[in-house]
Amino acid sequence: MGKVTFTILRFDPEKDKKPHYQDYEVEIRRPGMMVLDGLNQIRWEQDGTLAYRRSCREGVCGSDALNINGVNRLGCITHLEDLKTPVVIQPLPSMPLIKDLIVDLNDFQDKFFLCKPFLIPKKPLPDLEQLQSPEDRRKLDGLYECILCASCSSSCPSYWADPEYLGPSALLNIWRFVVDSRDVGADERLQLLNDRHGVWRCHTILNCIEACPKGLNPTQAIGGLKKALVSAKF
Amino acid sequence: MEMKKPIYHKHDIIIVGAGGAGLRAALEASKGARTGVISQVFPTRSHTVSAQGGIGATLGNVEPDNWYWHMFDTVKGSDYLGDQDAIEYMCQMAPEVVIELEHMGLPFSRLPNGKIYQRMFGGHTSNFGERAVCRSCAAADRTGHAMLHTLYQQCLKNEVHFFSEFHALEILTNNGAVNGVLARDIVHGEFHVFHAKAVLFATGGYSRLYQNTSNAHINTGDGLALTMRAGFPVEDLEFVQFHPTGIYGAGNLITEGVRGEGGYLVNAENERFMVKYAPTIKDLASRDIVSRGIMQEFREGRGVGPKKDHVLLMMDEIDEDIIRERLPGIMELAETFAGVDCTKEPIPVRPTAHYVMGGIPTNRFAEVALGSMDSPEDTVPGFYAAGEAACASVHGANRLGTNSLLDIIVFGKVGGAKMVEYVNSLPDFIPLTESAGDRGRAEVDRLLNANGSERMGSIMQDLRESMDENCGVFRTDESLTKQKEKISELRDRYHNIGLDDRGLTYNLDLIEAVELGHILDIAQVVVEAALARTESRGAHFRDDYPDRDDQNWLKHTMAYLSEDGDVRLDYKPVRLQPLSVESFEPKERVY
Ligand SMILES: Cc1cc2nc3c(=O)[nH]c(=O)nc-3n(C[C@H](O)[C@H](O)[C@H](O)COP(=O)(O)OP(=O)(O)OC[C@H]3O[C@@H](n4cnc5c(N)ncnc54)[C@H](O)[C@@H]3O)c2cc1C
Ligand code: SF4
Repeated sequence: MGKVTFTILRFDPEKDKKPHYQDYEVEIRRPGMMVLDGLNQIRWEQDGTLAYRRSCREGVCGSDALNINGVNRLGCITHLEDLKTPVVIQPLPSMPLIKDLIVDLNDFQDKFFLCKPFLIPKKPLPDLEQLQSPEDRRKLDGLYECILCASCSSSCPSYWADPEYLGPSALLNIWRFVVDSRDVGADERLQLLNDRHGVWRCHTILNCIEACPKGLNPTQAIGGLKKALVSAKF
Repeated sequence: MEMKKPIYHKHDIIIVGAGGAGLRAALEASKGARTGVISQVFPTRSHTVSAQGGIGATLGNVEPDNWYWHMFDTVKGSDYLGDQDAIEYMCQMAPEVVIELEHMGLPFSRLPNGKIYQRMFGGHTSNFGERAVCRSCAAADRTGHAMLHTLYQQCLKNEVHFFSEFHALEILTNNGAVNGVLARDIVHGEFHVFHAKAVLFATGGYSRLYQNTSNAHINTGDGLALTMRAGFPVEDLEFVQFHPTGIYGAGNLITEGVRGEGGYLVNAENERFMVKYAPTIKDLASRDIVSRGIMQEFREGRGVGPKKDHVLLMMDEIDEDIIRERLPGIMELAETFAGVDCTKEPIPVRPTAHYVMGGIPTNRFAEVALGSMDSPEDTVPGFYAAGEAACASVHGANRLGTNSLLDIIVFGKVGGAKMVEYVNSLPDFIPLTESAGDRGRAEVDRLLNANGSERMGSIMQDLRESMDENCGVFRTDESLTKQKEKISELRDRYHNIGLDDRGLTYNLDLIEAVELGHILDIAQVVVEAALARTESRGAHFRDDYPDRDDQNWLKHTMAYLSEDGDVRLDYKPVRLQPLSVESFEPKERVY
């Protein structure tokens, strides 16, 4: 069924001073092969030194966010037949490189943590569930599905430029709680954001929307936060 | 080569695994003791994130329901191999733990009155099998994602200490008690010894033993292999669940929730064939029955396609709006992996290896418990297990959908609480032995220096393909004997392995080679236990012994692995006595 060339960024911190590119031939063995299938084929059959993260292989765990032909996407749900060849695969831009396609996400994860990403409910809690209307629940759609893959933040020039900027992913996750009808922590969270590294660093460049493999819209979430901040009372 | 000394840590409690079971245990444990969690992947990358259809609990939000019916369904679903005390406990606890999850923020879908949405699911019935009941509490078809993220958020709030991308390699013991874990930091390649008063394993299942599977790459059963290598037995490994609706060609799961919302299966003749196999609840019969129904259609030449090797999941009777609102994840998966717009076309499906009922033997407190036919169950001090890695046994020979998310929450929680009690009662840490961690380090050392001619990838591929072929939905003496020989050949090849990557930093080659060793151990137990069990029960179906044989086989398999790789099989009785109600006596299973 033919072959495709993968051009992959390689870097072994124990051997290399700087990254280089290496080409591999991947055999297309069945219709519907994904980029991750190609990477597995390389590692299992040609070169076991290639390193990348992967787990669920169906676009829900967020492990294999990669820069593929210049766009951030998940390897496991990116069809090879849709891509121009050679397929150029790089790690997520702007994140510190560990090895090959693996980047250090500690800073990304810490920023998520800073924003109190958990429900702050009204007390006392009822004996049964907190009620929520289907309309209120629908407000969480397009937000709660975030898989923390970092595709959006790593595609954002503001995130590259300002190491303190929280970035689209963390901000989308704050908005997810602010709009939850069961949550009363909006003020606490908004206060955390009201400095220049919070929402105001978003210049609506919109890269994050294109990058998000789940079809979420961080820019819109940030827009919501900006509005909420302008009308906040503190 | 002189090995560098491992870095030493001391925690009251160490939990291995950050899926639903591990995180729920961590939340509970961290309330009362210093707790650390080790996970091979960042917590939200754990396999629980993939769960789709929901968590079972008799909230009765849509129609009357009660835990006793849930218990009956679970016992019947288990083909009477489930331990009825643990099942009663789980079903009784279900409403409470689901409400707790809601309070933590889990974004459940909602009914018009604002309560948690519930849908029908396979094998869940009202009034002891009368008709299907709405019992599955769902967050659209992303319940596992919603659950795992909610639990992780709560763990952050409670400042649980995580060691992400740490790979556990050895269970440390001293004189029969468990007192720690050896792990390797995947990013930096250093060894760490975690000295603990109590250790809980929540390392998930091993369905990656098969090629055609719904499971994540990381589901290689590490915890079970480490348990056997530490000299403890594992329970009921021959019972592997094949889910009826894996996407044809890819294996990814299409939730039973699709059938719960009104989907149904047809064969090449456009016939709703499940009517023949389960006249009352048809497409919502339990999974073993539906999977065998599908395979029977293939055998009789009524499969779809040129190879007659799949059936069609019809969704034409489900409103497009309902699909968009309640099954959005399925829409994405069908489009991505089958190229199908499921609001307009059926999804081609076939059974896929999905869940393992067996695991590390525990009682209903998540305490690891050994036992045999004539000696009572005995707990291992300091050792706990929960979730898919454990065998409580609430699923017996066949799990009902939605009962795993329930299992991981109930037994994760009780395990966390029990460990706190235990560590507070233990004045001192049990000292580490001289050789603690040596076995795990030697294993890594051997693999890093191995320069044989066999490639890891090719052994793994052969193992998985041959398991699909010889140890799947239907098994015979012949197929299992063939597989036993195959595994022995693969083991020899494994000893002659050579790795490409000898580095310390993020060596995925090494991790997969270690895991291949684990899964070979597990495969051997699965096959030998299946060969020995000359009956058909739940997910274990022997063409040559098609009936259930309660006289000889109403018992759990306990398998031990010796140092030189021999399997020894022992058995222990099923705990038929529930806590507060009458036992459900084994009966013929019709749906
Ligand atoms: C596609 C799919 C859909 C499903 N849908 C449902 C559903 O709707 N309802 C339901 O009830 N069940 C469902 N299930 C089953 C259910 O999701 C799983 O059984 C359950 O989530 C298992 O949870 P766990 O916490 O036991 O393990 P997992 O979530 O698998 O977590 C295992 C953890 O152990 C860690 N680990 C493993 N080995 C090591 C090691 N050596 N060192 C360090 N860490 C290690 C991993 O990093 C991970 O954190 C589904 C399963 C699949 C595959
Ligand atoms: S918003 Fe989208 S791109 Fe950003 S982390 Fe979440 S899922 Fe990934």
